[in-house]
Amino acid sequence: MQVEGKSQKLLRIHRADNVLIVVRSVKPGDREVIDGHDVVFTQAIAIGHKVAARDIHAGEKVYKCGVPIGSAKEKVPAGGHIHLHNLKSDYIATYTLDKDHVFVK
Amino acid sequence: MSSSSEAPALQGFLRADGRKGIRNCIVVAYLVECAHHVAREIAGSFRGQPVHLIGFGGCYPNAYADRMMNKLCTHPNVGGALLLSLGCESFNRHRLAENIAKTGRPVATVVIQQTGGTKKSISAGKAWIEQALQEIAEVPRAPLRVNELVVGTVCGGSDATSGVSANPAVGRAFDMLVKQGAAAIFEETGEMIGLEDVMSARAVTPELGQQLKSSVEKAAYYYKEMGHASFAPGNAEGGLTTIEEKSIGAYCKSGDSPISGLIKPGDVPHKGGLYLLDVVPDGEPRFGFPNINDNAEIAELIACGSHVILFTTGRGSVVGSAISPVIKICANPETYERMSDDMDINAGKILQLEASVDEVGEEIYDKVLDVASGMQSCSESLGHQEFVLTYKAFEPIGPACLPV
Repeated sequence: MQVEGKSQKLLRIHRADNVLIVVRSVKPGDREVIDGHDVVFTQAIAIGHKVAARDIHAGEKVYKCGVPIGSAKEKVPAGGHIHLHNLKSDYIATYTLDKDHVFVK
Repeated sequence: MSSSSEAPALQGFLRADGRKGIRNCIVVAYLVECAHHVAREIAGSFRGQPVHLIGFGGCYPNAYADRMMNKLCTHPNVGGALLLSLGCESFNRHRLAENIAKTGRPVATVVIQQTGGTKKSISAGKAWIEQALQEIAEVPRAPLRVNELVVGTVCGGSDATSGVSANPAVGRAFDMLVKQGAAAIFEETGEMIGLEDVMSARAVTPELGQQLKSSVEKAAYYYKEMGHASFAPGNAEGGLTTIEEKSIGAYCKSGDSPISGLIKPGDVPHKGGLYLLDVVPDGEPRFGFPNINDNAEIAELIACGSHVILFTTGRGSVVGSAISPVIKICANPETYERMSDDMDINAGKILQLEASVDEVGEEIYDKVLDVASGMQSCSESLGHQEFVLTYKAFEPIGPACLPV
């Protein structure tokens, strides 16, 4: 496992991955170097969440631990937060609670 | 590593069938919800003593629930059983009592309608347990080796840290246990979705590989019919996005050993190795979700003989179980800080780069031996004894599932 940049906030689990794991929470304005590119975060991202390791195209498979975990619903720029809004399962849709605590797909 | 070639000298409770337990408890088992209160009142009056409440709430017969209750009441950690019947339910209390008696364990059945109602049944049950506790104190002890242990693993309240820290560390502990000859069981085929090919390649025979793959396909179909994957809102809040992503994390708990067999609830591995427990019912989906919560899975792991359960959590689950101790391995360092009283192992330090996956794996292995030698796990000392059993339907496993 290799930590990107010097701040030890992002972790690449597998070399084939196009996402990195946040291991220390990210705040808006934090800067990270991802694959040689300077990225400034515009939002807070919690520990355990994923960010794009490079630009990911709409429809492209997203890889974590070297295994596909679904397909991108839209283009995600390097450093962008990857979650329910832009990644979908290739098997069974994910249901969860929205910000108003309503169960949604 | 504390466990070198010299196997640690544990002392087990020797049962008549030759199996050995790491605990010696009396189970109070209600055979229908109508007997639940009486059973709870009896068990509750022995707080702090090894008296655990289990039961099945349904009034209609179910072969799976019957088998589960028979396996649980004759689990090596169980020294004796008190059965609580209302009197008119379908559960075959006669056969259950006979099966328990055949294993040499003390057993009694209180039929509430025959005994004269709530008060008399509670007092009859308490009197029997007083005497049964004295009787099981005489159970012989015998050396217990690591290769006689059965260890199950489950994850619950997962977040995206689970698959990066706690689950891989349990995988290392599983590798160490399997190497020492123990039986290690992982489960939830609904959380292997997306990994069917990767997993089947680890089977000891191609035929078993095909069975493993089919079990995951069955799970994918079953959960699609339910309209919902094995995925809770807290999983998403914790950073998990899809069932495939959750699967990878869950799958890491299995470690790197070859997969020796595929078992179903109640099948006890007869030798060491790594086993997948298929928890998804056979046939057309009936009775609802495969397992309604984490404790339903824990009960199945215990019915397969698990002496101890390794439970990984990122969001922070607090549950324990009746019969077998549950060891909590916390994946998320922030959760650990908030809930450390409930956590046996802090795997979150892997994320903070303060320990390696191997080091935490060794810590888990050592904790298994400590708990097997009598030390209480956190959930055990806090009095957690959750238990749930619902309706399910299974076909028996075929010969390809347990290659010699």
